[in-house]
Amino acid sequence: MDAIILQILNGLDKGSAYALIALGLTLIFGTLGVVNFAHGALFMLGAFCAVTLSRLLAISHETVDPTRTDFLGNPLKVQTPYVEEWFGPEIGQTIIEWSVPLGILFAIPIMIAAGLAMERGLIRYFYKRPHADQILVTFGLAIVLQEIVKYFFGANPIPTPAPPALVGSLDFGVLIGFDAGQIIYPYWRLIYFIFAAILIGGVFAFLQFTTFGMVVRAGMADRETVGLLGINIDKRFTIMFAIAAVVAGLAGVMYAPINSPNYHMGMDFLVLSFVVVVVGGMGSLGGAVLAGFVLGILESFASMPQVTSVIPGINQIVIYLVAIIILLTRPRGLLGRKGVME
Amino acid sequence: MLGLNKKDTSLFLIVLGMTLFAPFILNPFPVDSDLAQFNAGYPDLMQRFLIFGIFAIGFNILFGLTGYLSFGHAAFLGVGSYAGVWMMKLLTMNVVPAIVVSVIVAGLFSLFVGWISLRRSGIYFSILTLAFAQMSFALAYSVLTPVTGGETGLQLSLSDPRVLGVGATPEGSIPLTNFFGLEMRDSWEPALGGWLFTFNAGYYLCAVLMLVAFYVAIRIFRSPFGMMLKAVKSNQQRMQYTGLNPKPYTLAAFVISGMYAGLAGGLMVSMDPLAGAERMFWTASGEVVLMTILGGAGTLIGPVLGAGFIKYMENIVSKINEGILHAWFAFLPDGLEDFVVAVFYPFVGKGWHLTLGIMFMLVVIFLPGGIVEGGQRIGRLFRRRPAEPKGRPVGAPSSSAAE
Repeated sequence: MDAIILQILNGLDKGSAYALIALGLTLIFGTLGVVNFAHGALFMLGAFCAVTLSRLLAISHETVDPTRTDFLGNPLKVQTPYVEEWFGPEIGQTIIEWSVPLGILFAIPIMIAAGLAMERGLIRYFYKRPHADQILVTFGLAIVLQEIVKYFFGANPIPTPAPPALVGSLDFGVLIGFDAGQIIYPYWRLIYFIFAAILIGGVFAFLQFTTFGMVVRAGMADRETVGLLGINIDKRFTIMFAIAAVVAGLAGVMYAPINSPNYHMGMDFLVLSFVVVVVGGMGSLGGAVLAGFVLGILESFASMPQVTSVIPGINQIVIYLVAIIILLTRPRGLLGRKGVME
Repeated sequence: MLGLNKKDTSLFLIVLGMTLFAPFILNPFPVDSDLAQFNAGYPDLMQRFLIFGIFAIGFNILFGLTGYLSFGHAAFLGVGSYAGVWMMKLLTMNVVPAIVVSVIVAGLFSLFVGWISLRRSGIYFSILTLAFAQMSFALAYSVLTPVTGGETGLQLSLSDPRVLGVGATPEGSIPLTNFFGLEMRDSWEPALGGWLFTFNAGYYLCAVLMLVAFYVAIRIFRSPFGMMLKAVKSNQQRMQYTGLNPKPYTLAAFVISGMYAGLAGGLMVSMDPLAGAERMFWTASGEVVLMTILGGAGTLIGPVLGAGFIKYMENIVSKINEGILHAWFAFLPDGLEDFVVAVFYPFVGKGWHLTLGIMFMLVVIFLPGGIVEGGQRIGRLFRRRPAEPKGRPVGAPSSSAAE
């Protein structure tokens, strides 16, 4: 029992990342009808926003520390981050340590700009072209973005730790009546899951309860009619693209402490999130989220030693296997609507 | 000639000439000149041009004709190369059985994958092929280690139980791949003045097979079968209304392109008997997509040009480092030199993928017909001026002879 709960918990963080990326993909697909292979690159950009911010905050200059001297008796020169100078050493230090959560604020404008630039600058010219062309051009864009990041940040993963206050584990088992130490769960993963749940809930609420969301949903169902009502649906769809970019970017920011950002993480997640989208049902937001969590948890179950000893290697192929089976038995995916991409 | 019309014959002859004289064409600079690094006429790279050319020609039979975008073709290449190495381990170092078995195994595997994947079309098809390829990669990398060598890859060893031939040469090394005694590594290197040309046995084996593959592709393009595939691309529904079932045609195209990939894999291990799982990773499939689109999907010569272009960039442009750039722009004033080098540096050397990505995007956006269409446009531009009798630029003859 405890092992099962543990695996479910383990699957949540990866499932959250899948669900967030797949949610964005589905938003873009459902509204604009574009298959965006550059969505993984947006996730990666988000993670590198966290890296950039932590580097920006750590910019320092040399000052003389009058209280300390080196062994020759000269005053010691120390590197002081500007942030510490402006806010005082203690608050400054805290700000630097909390660079990943602060990265959320930093990433939002950047991701909005990136999303708008992508949609206005490139993708809008591809609405009427075949899906294969959309895949190809966004695949090219993903390569370009990935190489730019590689040029500036290098090819190696960059460790981006969570704030020290949030490092450590929660003894989750005690809360639900197990012995201490049986089910422990790192705080940051828990935060990631909660964050993902809030973000997903936010997007759903936005679509469900605002006029803007209502119009967008109507536009997803029938773009032409909404346009005939005198509503500028294209502008709203552009904004939805930016929102999808922000969702992917924030998923990347918060994922940085779990897995050190590297330039090809976008591509790695992209393939899996496409599989997630297809399993969930192309164009179904709920399906994307559901499939994201289900596949994430399934993957973590498949990595249990008890399972891999019976079927070796199953942990690496389980998602693809499920995708193939689902596509062949339920061609529209778990919650797919009729008439999408058929 | 050979059942080809006049236009196709001239195209075929151009390709024939280009492949046979590649050691000359690709070595335009003397060995000790500064530009010698742009010489691509060494056997390893020339073989790659042809092998990836075959791979891309095969991919084009599926994508160019039917419009089904497969993101998993590298799996067939990988399976073919594993099969080839196994033939060398078990049977003989002669490359013929290895290549034949590679093609057959890849064909069977693609029959299986295609039979399942072709139930869906569009993006679903792409995702299905992607899923199969990633699964094959994961299996080859971990579970099937006894068959595939896992992380280290499958290589020959001194203890291989070779039925025809010996496990090790009298000197105690692993025997070399050969074609009925002619070793693939054999080269004839005549030096003419400052130039050095390499005529390599392996390259010419690849060349012959590439020409055969190219010829078969032309015949497929011009056959009723090829017309069916084009019908699938233009309007599958209408085709069904006329009473034709598109499925057998697309499946046949899928298997043929899989066999081309297997041939490429078999040739790859014939030149260098080592097969690794990374060959099957989905980005490797992406590469063949890039090749085909860059060159021109749906054209005969396009994929070959695209393959040559990408492999040239990968091997030559990626070698341009900061020092070389400084040497090139040394004639500029210092500050300007640094600036120019800084501008160019991200696009060459390790950053060559950036150039590739940008070019690929530009091609998809502005030039859907790829290099071939670009050549045709330039050709047309010059032909419109009647006052200029010799106005045909380089590259125009090959392109105007294509589609």
